[in-house]
Amino acid sequence: MIKGTVFKYGDNVDTDVIIPARYLNSPSPEELARHCMEDIDPEFVHKMHPGDIMVGGANFGCGSSREHAPIAIRASGVSCVIAASFARIFYRNAINIGFPILECPEAAEKIKSGDTVTVDLSTGVISDETTGETFKAAAFPEFIQGIIESGGLLKYIKAKQTGAKD
Amino acid sequence: MGMTMTQKILAAHAGLPSVKAGDLIEAKLDIVLGNDVTTPVAINVFDEAGFDTVFDRDKIVIVLDHYTPCKDIKSAELCATAREFAHRFGITHFYDVGTVGIEHALLPEQGLVGPGDCVVGADSHTCTYGALGAFSTGIGSTDMAAGMASGENWFKVPSAIKVNLVGTLPKYVGGKDVILRLIGLIGVDGALYKSIEFAGPGVASLSMDDRFTISNMAIEAGGKNGIFPVDEKTLEYVKGRFDRPIKVYEADGDAEYEREVTIDLSTLKPTVSMPHLPSNTKTVDEVKGLHIDQVVIGSCTNGRISDLRMAAGILKGRKVAPGVRCIVIPATQEVYLQCLTEGLAEIFIKSGCALSTPTCGPCLGGHMGVMSAGERAVTTTNRNFVGRMGHTKSEVILASPAVAAASAVAGCVASPYELEEA
Repeated sequence: MIKGTVFKYGDNVDTDVIIPARYLNSPSPEELARHCMEDIDPEFVHKMHPGDIMVGGANFGCGSSREHAPIAIRASGVSCVIAASFARIFYRNAINIGFPILECPEAAEKIKSGDTVTVDLSTGVISDETTGETFKAAAFPEFIQGIIESGGLLKYIKAKQTGAKD
Repeated sequence: MGMTMTQKILAAHAGLPSVKAGDLIEAKLDIVLGNDVTTPVAINVFDEAGFDTVFDRDKIVIVLDHYTPCKDIKSAELCATAREFAHRFGITHFYDVGTVGIEHALLPEQGLVGPGDCVVGADSHTCTYGALGAFSTGIGSTDMAAGMASGENWFKVPSAIKVNLVGTLPKYVGGKDVILRLIGLIGVDGALYKSIEFAGPGVASLSMDDRFTISNMAIEAGGKNGIFPVDEKTLEYVKGRFDRPIKVYEADGDAEYEREVTIDLSTLKPTVSMPHLPSNTKTVDEVKGLHIDQVVIGSCTNGRISDLRMAAGILKGRKVAPGVRCIVIPATQEVYLQCLTEGLAEIFIKSGCALSTPTCGPCLGGHMGVMSAGERAVTTTNRNFVGRMGHTKSEVILASPAVAAASAVAGCVASPYELEEA
């Protein structure tokens, strides 16, 4: 069970503001984390506590394909991202690295910045403890659940290749 | 029910007789692409997972184009990581300083991608090759690692938006104006998770360079890909470049589209996207006169030879306005050489432009034209997000090469028609 304070942003949070290109000359998660959200919320990295939850509107993670974006968010200590919808490359990058994301337009609309929220990843149930409201995120298709359960895409492929040889 | 063009290519690469929107499939890849920003992350993932071989060294393309020639020690280290990997596995198509071009101009030019292909690239603008009638889409670094290891990637089969193009483009209006208009119509998430399939009688009149520009920015509408039918112009373009067998796919007559949009090319005007979203479109006439500090003509969107011919045609015999920095970046070495042999280089330099070796540089605020607070640029690039070309208080206005060149001369946002009248 995940529990944390919410940092909420609007629609179309792009990967350039999640991690500006001027920092992409390093692939180090720790270094990327230091600049996470810097261009829309310079205080984010100072205010957030490990386990906190990021909430976005529609099309979260649009723009560049940089996997540095979910890597930076995860390395900054965020436990999961809830959004009304995700841009497709951000969506697959998060799944491929095993970082939890939940698509739930109602939660994205009603949860407010600073609320305390719990998330049960196994059921997709999101509870806003501050307001008492409960939401349910869309379940992942079985295939994607398989990637997540394998611990990410590369482990999934490795297992499949090993299986094929046996 | 019939399949869209995209669905047919995906079905063929998944070894399935048919697919439908929403199906999750694993498809075989014809090309796996990465650049100097995304490839090192993929290499880390690849090595950590313990892979010791790539699926096919001829089908992996590594292009060091973003921060090259290297801007600092960290970017040099990224390139060193990619270079070592390319050497370790004998990657056939590895492009470094001296041969490198901006990836999405380079791959079609070098004949590495063609009709009917299934291409992935760890760069969001990989959707460019849809212009050739290929399925091509941007992915992340872990996907790239998976593609390099297995030759396959997973995909959710997309539904589609059909864009009917009718009419022909007026003078000074090009592919950039078409795609900006479309993004303005449907929004930055208008095609989220979907294909954009271009069709209609207007397609035939579009040059290949116009089509590359249009497919290139499908991602700016959230699209998974943006694909054109294969016609005589496509076949003429790939002739002598692309040496794999050509497979032409066509959408079925009864293919289902979630939405249909018609754009009459003959009614389009020079169009710009105002800060800070590509969907924030205006005709240039609505915003002309705005002060600018910089112009960038280049990028994977508009750094091809026809783009530079258009810009040079406007700059010829004129000067870049005092106080404006105009940076021209041919997208590939071949385009650069054409600029020299056709006399475009001389026009750019005499008019007061900086002419650079190929690089993505300023488009992503990497180097070669980063802006300070309060500055504004008209650029032929593809994104105008907050901080995209430098300081968070700088502004990017997206435009065609014709509008960018006219603005460089005028010293403010300007229409190419005005210069003609002047």
